[in-house]
Amino acid sequence: MSSAQAGLKRAHYKDARLPALLLLPQLVILLLFFFIPSLRALTQAFLLSDPFGNTVHFVGFDNFRQLFESANYHESMKVTVVFTLAQNVLTIFVAMVLAFASDRIIRGRGVYRAIILLPYAIAPVVAGILWAFLFNPSVGPIAHLLHGMGIAWDPNRIGSDAMLLVVLAASWKHVCYDYIFLLAGLLAIPSSLLEAAAVDGAGPLRRFFTVGLPLLGPTLFFLAVMNFVYGFFEIFAIIDAVTRGGPAGATNVLVFKVYVDGFINLDLGSSAAQSVVLMIFALFMTLLQFRYVERKVSYDV
Amino acid sequence: MVERTPILNGLCHAIMLVGVAFVCVPLYLAFVAGSLSIDDVQKVPLPWVPGDQYLENLRTAWTQGNFGRLFINSFIVALGITVGKIAVSLLSAFAITYFRFRFRMTIFWLIFVSLMLPIEVRISPTYESVANAALPLQWLAEALHVASIWQWISGHDIDIKLEWNLVNTYPGLILPLIASASATFLFRQFFLTVPDELCEAARLDGASPMHFFWTILLPLSRSNIVALAIILFLYGWNQYLWPLLFTTDKDMATAVIGLKHLIPRADSQPAWNVAMNAALLTMLPPIIVVVALQRSFVKGLVDSSK
Repeated sequence: MSSAQAGLKRAHYKDARLPALLLLPQLVILLLFFFIPSLRALTQAFLLSDPFGNTVHFVGFDNFRQLFESANYHESMKVTVVFTLAQNVLTIFVAMVLAFASDRIIRGRGVYRAIILLPYAIAPVVAGILWAFLFNPSVGPIAHLLHGMGIAWDPNRIGSDAMLLVVLAASWKHVCYDYIFLLAGLLAIPSSLLEAAAVDGAGPLRRFFTVGLPLLGPTLFFLAVMNFVYGFFEIFAIIDAVTRGGPAGATNVLVFKVYVDGFINLDLGSSAAQSVVLMIFALFMTLLQFRYVERKVSYDV
Repeated sequence: MVERTPILNGLCHAIMLVGVAFVCVPLYLAFVAGSLSIDDVQKVPLPWVPGDQYLENLRTAWTQGNFGRLFINSFIVALGITVGKIAVSLLSAFAITYFRFRFRMTIFWLIFVSLMLPIEVRISPTYESVANAALPLQWLAEALHVASIWQWISGHDIDIKLEWNLVNTYPGLILPLIASASATFLFRQFFLTVPDELCEAARLDGASPMHFFWTILLPLSRSNIVALAIILFLYGWNQYLWPLLFTTDKDMATAVIGLKHLIPRADSQPAWNVAMNAALLTMLPPIIVVVALQRSFVKGLVDSSK
């Protein structure tokens, strides 16, 4: 098939007016709310304007240079990496254990699955508020438990406590996502492979580590990418509702910093430069995701 | 399974029960906190048995949070995103899979580039676009020197000021969230699996393209549409950053934003009972959708990230 016909049905229509009409709504919306804003972010990153927008001039890469020299930005990057890694490891580990267990359960699997999937329906900000309450140093039941064990828990003052709190809230909301993909992956493993391993004397755990886990490789790769995207972008609500980046910047992740610099400090140039850095990261993640699609196809054959 | 392993099976049930507790205990504690009076919720430890103030707190949360109005807004926004995105994507996916026309591949790539950038990375310029959606036309007019040409033709001075402010409107809340091709991609993948014979047969019978779309393609896509609709409804209902920025008018906020204003801050009375009550209230509509349409929900969840 020639490249001009890629993704075209063999039985198709030859017409120019009708498809133009059909595509019009999508293209107009994309133009207004995707292409123009994205280009504006790109150009703003190279401009410097005063907070009232009276004067604007071209400054080249100055915004980026300042950004990469700023200690605040380094700190924010470090916080983001710590947060996404911790969240990634925690969610995948918990989801894997749950998926392994539900793969072996026949009776009641549907009920377990339905309950474990519930947090997907809950808004990140609601999840954040729930955990903020549980760990609230003066009234929260879990904080009370920790105090009883002699731990001076206080996420409003101690940076690492705040980080732990947002990691827990984010993971609580996201475990279900990883779980459903891992379970689907485990259920898709051909039973002939598992039976062959069983005949060779491999027990259930051994089968999981030697047959199931390697075959889940592409799924794990995909989930790691998705968890990074979740940790980088969708985390905004939890941070804004629970810690507001504090205490002392301990949970000031990149996407929250973009918002604070752009909408509260009105430093548009710096905020746009940060947006561009995040855009490059998002592009990179999308390319990785496409790789997953390719790999999955080759595994299926 | 291949062999009988009662101990391992028991262990698996135990693991699942721990998982269920991990999900349910926070929700239950929120329910307990939401049923206590403001004095009781300050006492530690939190009791395991709910109090009798649930309805009272519900009434307080409902009026304090202005939830009567905000729930209507949330429903309009969530349904608007769901219906709008599905309609727009079905049409464009139909166009790029079933029609041969010039620039087809160019348009294909224009649409799919939008998969790459999440909305969070372009918040402030999108805000500009929403604050004045006519801005691009204005730039176009300036670039083409429409004003000076008009002056040259007619001798009159005009000042072109186009204004179409979408802040605090439903379109402003809905349209930017439709601007991504994820659903188009999904329907395209599905259309490519539809047998070619169906379209050939429709053409032999003299059906127009739109007739084929309405009577054959759309009914075939039903289960995909339902699955995607659930995911989009959750996405729309749970939106946070967007409504936070684009609604300065309190009556145009969504339920999730209303909830944010009930979180106890250091300088206010810590009314956690009302906040927890409102949190449960806000999560109710999406939870009902997920529980009632479990099968389609799981399909949508797995499909929508391919």
